[in-house]
Amino acid sequence: MAIKAHTSMAPKKRTATGNSGRSAALFLTPFFAVFAVAMVAPVVYSIWLSFFSEQKSGLGFGASVTKFVGLENYVQVLQSETFVSGLVRLLMYCAMYIPLMVGGAVVFALLLDAGVARAKKLFQLLVFLPHAVPGVIAALIWAYLYTPGISPLVQVLASGGIQLNFLDAHLILPSVVNIAVWEWTGYNVIILFTALQAVPKEILEAARVDGAGEARLSLNIKLPLILPALSVIMLFTIIGTLQLFTEPTIIAKATNSITSTWVPNMWAYDAAFNRHNLNQAAAASIIIALLAAVLSFIVTRFSNKADKS
Amino acid sequence: MSTQTLTRPESPRIESNGKRASKRDGGFASKFTVNGLLILGSAYMVVPVLWLVFASTKNTADLYGTSAFSFGDFSLVDNIVNVAKQDGGVFFRWMANSVIYAGFGAVVGGLIAVMAGYAFDKFQFRWKDSLFGVVLVGVLIPNTATVLPMYMLASQVGLTNTMWAILIPVMCNPFGVYLARVYSAGYIPNETLEAARVDGAGPVRTFFSIGLPMIMPGFVTIGLFQFVGVWNNFMLPLVMLQNQQLMPVSVGISIWQGYAVPLPDFVPMVITGSMLSIVPLLAAFIMLQRFWKSGMTAGSVK
Repeated sequence: MAIKAHTSMAPKKRTATGNSGRSAALFLTPFFAVFAVAMVAPVVYSIWLSFFSEQKSGLGFGASVTKFVGLENYVQVLQSETFVSGLVRLLMYCAMYIPLMVGGAVVFALLLDAGVARAKKLFQLLVFLPHAVPGVIAALIWAYLYTPGISPLVQVLASGGIQLNFLDAHLILPSVVNIAVWEWTGYNVIILFTALQAVPKEILEAARVDGAGEARLSLNIKLPLILPALSVIMLFTIIGTLQLFTEPTIIAKATNSITSTWVPNMWAYDAAFNRHNLNQAAAASIIIALLAAVLSFIVTRFSNKADKS
Repeated sequence: MSTQTLTRPESPRIESNGKRASKRDGGFASKFTVNGLLILGSAYMVVPVLWLVFASTKNTADLYGTSAFSFGDFSLVDNIVNVAKQDGGVFFRWMANSVIYAGFGAVVGGLIAVMAGYAFDKFQFRWKDSLFGVVLVGVLIPNTATVLPMYMLASQVGLTNTMWAILIPVMCNPFGVYLARVYSAGYIPNETLEAARVDGAGPVRTFFSIGLPMIMPGFVTIGLFQFVGVWNNFMLPLVMLQNQQLMPVSVGISIWQGYAVPLPDFVPMVITGSMLSIVPLLAAFIMLQRFWKSGMTAGSVK
C-alpha cells in the first residue's frame, strides 16, 4: 500500500496558513475520537484484563477476587491443547487457502487480460457476484450444498459413483477453505485485472515483437509488473484469514466435525461466553492481533525487498 | 506498506483493451481454451447463488424431492409470506436494523473518514506522518481481535445490547481515511482551495462548499465499502446483542438456521430469508459499479 498523496508534502504546494494546525485538528478530531473509543481503548483494556485473573475464594461460593497474575493467562492459552490445535488448524487452513485463492485469482485475471478473451465486462461482474453475498449467507449456501439429500453437488457426485461427505471430519477443513475461496477469489481478480490494465502497452508490444507468446507474456512480463498489487492482496488476505470465525461458526450447526474451539477466534469466543473467562479471552485476542502484526510485518518486508530487486 | 512505490512514475494506462485484442488474435484453440476456462470459473462463482434463487421457490418437500435447478410447486410467494409472518415480522425488523447500522456506518463513518483524509492531504501540521502511521496500524489490526475487547469494555459502561454497541464501532474506518487521502489528492486541486482562501472563506466553509462536492465520488466509494463491511459483519453483533429486536439480518438468519436443525420446516425460511437479504447488496453493487471499482483500484494499484 503506497501513499500517493505525498506530493502534498512538497513545500511549494502547501496551502497552509498560520492556523493550519488548528484547522487540521478540527477535521481530525472526530476520527481520532472514534478511533480512541473503538480501537485503542478496547486493545488497552484487554491488555490490562489479560494480566489479571478472577479467582473464587472459599470453595467457590464467596465473591470472586481479581488477582494480578502477570503473563500466566498467556501461558495458559498457549499451553491449552484446544487453542494450539486450533492454531495449527488455522495454519493448515492458510496453507491451503492462500495459494488456492491467490493463485486462482492470478490465473483468472491473466486469462481475462489475454487478447483472445471475450465479454470481459460480463465476466468481471459474474466473478464479483460472491462478494455481494455476506459471509453468513455464503456459509449457509455451502452448508446446504454440502448436505446430502438437499445438495445437487452430492447427488451429481454420487451418480458418478463418488461418495463424498463434505461435512466429514476429514473433509471439513477443505470444505471451509472452499467457501472462503468462493467468497474472495473474484474480488481479488478485479484488483489484479485493474493492475494488469495499467501495464504499459509498449512493453507488451516490444515483447511480442521479440516473439513472446501469450503464455510467456503473462508469466514473464505481466506477472512481475503486478507484484505490488499482489503483495497488497497477500497482506489483506493474511489479516483476513486470521479472523476466520463466521464460516466455521455457521457450518458448526450443520455438523459435529467443527468443535466450539475449532480456530483461535472461536476459542476466544468460547472462552468469553461459554467458559466465562474474560481474562483468557482477552489474552487470546491479543495473541491473534500480535500474530497478525508479525505476519503483516513479514509480508511488507518481503514485498519491499521484492520491489527493490 | 511499501515506500518504494511512492516514487514510481504513473504508468500510462491502456484506455481500451479492444485495441490490444484486435492486434493479435490467437488461434481458435487458444481462444477456445481461454474463454472456456473463464466460463468454468464464472460458473463456479454463479451456480451457488443460482441454487439459492431456485431453492427459495420450493417448499420443504420439493427441496428434498425435486431437481435442484427446476421449479417445484413454485412456493416463493408462500415462502416470503412465511418469512414475513414468523415471530411477528421480525425478519423485516432485522433488515431495517441492517440498513440502519450499515447506512449509519456509510454516511457518518464515511464523512468522518473523508474529513480526516482531507486534513491529511491538504493541511500541514506537526506529527502528521506519525498520526498517519497510527491510521495505517489501525488498518492492519484484525477486526475480530478487537470485538471481544470491545464487548468487555461495552459491558463495563452498560452499552451491550443497545444499538450504540454497533453504531459506535462502525464509525471507525481507518482504511476509509487512507482512501480519502488518496482521493483528496486526486479530486481536489490545491489551487481551488487557495482561491477560496483568498476570497476569505474559512477552512470549514471551504471544505463543505468546495472540497466535499469535489470528493463526492470518493465519499460514495468509501461509504459503499463501509456499508458492505457492516452489512456482512457477524461477530460484532453476535457478541454485542441479545435482544432479537436489535439484531441485524446476518445474526437473525443464523438463529433461524439453529431452529432448522431440529425443525426442517424452517429450512425454506432460512433459504428464502438468505435470498431476500442479499437483494439490497446486489442492487447497490450493480447500481454503483463504477464506485467500487475505483475504490478497489485506489487501495492497491496506486
